[in-house]
Amino acid sequence: MASNLKIDVQDKDLLVTLREFFRLILEQEDISAIFVSQRLPMKNTIMPALVTDSKTLDRTDPLAPAFPINGAKLLSRLTRKSSGEKIAAVLRPCEIRAFTELLKLKQGKTDDLIIIGIDCLGAFRNTDYFRFVEKNPERSTELFIDSVLSGKGTTAGGIDLAPACKACEFPIAPNNADISIGLIGIDVKNQVLIEARTSAGEEICKKLNLSETKKTAERKTAVDNLVAQRIEYRDKMFAETRDTVDNLEKLTAYLAGCINCYNCRVACPVCYCKECVFVTDVFYHEPSQYLHWAKRKGILKMPSDTLFYHITRLAHSSMACVGCGQCSNACPNEISVMELFRTVAEKTQSAFGYEAGRSLDEPPPLSVFEKDEFLEVAQT
Amino acid sequence: MEDFEPVIVAFVCNWCTYTAADLAGTSRLSYPKNIRLIRVMCTGMVDPQYVIKALLEGADGVLVSGCHPGDCHYINGNYKARRRIKLLKTILPQIGFEQERLKLTWIGASDGIRFAEIMRELVDQLTEIGQSQAKLKMVI
Ligand code: SF4
Ligand code: SF4
Ligand code: FES
Repeated sequence: MASNLKIDVQDKDLLVTLREFFRLILEQEDISAIFVSQRLPMKNTIMPALVTDSKTLDRTDPLAPAFPINGAKLLSRLTRKSSGEKIAAVLRPCEIRAFTELLKLKQGKTDDLIIIGIDCLGAFRNTDYFRFVEKNPERSTELFIDSVLSGKGTTAGGIDLAPACKACEFPIAPNNADISIGLIGIDVKNQVLIEARTSAGEEICKKLNLSETKKTAERKTAVDNLVAQRIEYRDKMFAETRDTVDNLEKLTAYLAGCINCYNCRVACPVCYCKECVFVTDVFYHEPSQYLHWAKRKGILKMPSDTLFYHITRLAHSSMACVGCGQCSNACPNEISVMELFRTVAEKTQSAFGYEAGRSLDEPPPLSVFEKDEFLEVAQT
Repeated sequence: MEDFEPVIVAFVCNWCTYTAADLAGTSRLSYPKNIRLIRVMCTGMVDPQYVIKALLEGADGVLVSGCHPGDCHYINGNYKARRRIKLLKTILPQIGFEQERLKLTWIGASDGIRFAEIMRELVDQLTEIGQSQAKLKMVI
């Protein structure tokens, strides 16, 4: 039922065109705010923001190669109860997929929400992004977009995408986006593809009087090629990571720099517990307990329980991992957390025929069961 | 490694396997002394992290044992447990724990004999594969 529509690009300027599109959406009578990445007035920092005044949309920057936070958790705060007003949210595909996981856990609602997905061109690691804007203080996003969409590759100014983005086979918004903005394989100097995917999306687009277009073969080829490239990188990453963590000694080496700061869990959009057991009193052990542990092997690495934390998080959250890479982004010690999670998640998700973020109709595997399944798991 | 005695941590359901273990004891059935029984109200309350902690602390094997399908006192706790064990059996081998180190069984309350048998079997299997990597290596 999706309709393929287009907007014409003004003065060959994609960003200005997108801002204008968002302005038209925000100015619709029933939409009170738009949640979208914004270049903050201070520094060149990009952060999601809730915008109600369309004048401030001239700093909207949804394609900057910066991804400081996965917006799914923020959207869950905005939608967990009805505010009585409708908002639109412009999100990367992995943010929508993470939000889908939160919706399944009843940590968000879509009743008063319009989800606008945008083709993802990827992003740099946090630190790399700041190096990049320092080198290119003016028009850095434009430089990045040009470099990616003209096929010159993802490296802009010698800085490459974050590993999570290089391994991401989902550059296009998932099906539950109301509207999807298409850029890959599109002649973005002249037009942008707008797909209205749901009836709510159709309704908005109708009011905007967008003209129809057709999905071209170029679009399909470009997307297919990109996905194939990403899968190749991903599978190599899986194989390398498997070799690097396939016993406790190696896993210990992999996580040796971890200081149990738990930033990775705070940054993870699908680490869904309101209170994590690892920050409760359960782990505030008696001093004598540490001594007891130390005496067993003559040494206890402090802080303790590092592997316990990561393996438990793998058990609790790998099923919902969307591969957004925020865990790695948040780590102060450059531990490749995303690689570990995606690699393990590939097996845990496929063991249950599950794919995080794919569909609202698929319940989280650990919330359901069948009577006659996995019979081989139990010995009788 | 000849005198290696594996340590097994067993999370057993109060309503069935725990009773079976008791029965095995009172009927003077011999079963290996390597087992540390932890009584839980249902296998459905065994969070994956209990299993992970036991293995990281150096248990050579972990057993989770509850009521037969259809017999769970809380209706479906054992079905949920089965999914969690499936999950763990997908994760743990990826970091080097052999499949044999985690076992799920259904042992009814009157099955003292079966309980003793399964314990012996488990001890044999674990003796064969040897000490857990967690005991040998520094675990951070
Ligand atoms: S584990 Fe890491 S990559 Fe996976 S969803 Fe969480 S933050 Fe994203
Ligand atoms: S963010 Fe890095 S250092 Fe902090 S707990 Fe996670 S892996 Fe460890
Ligand atoms: S009560 Fe025994 S497994 Fe649930």
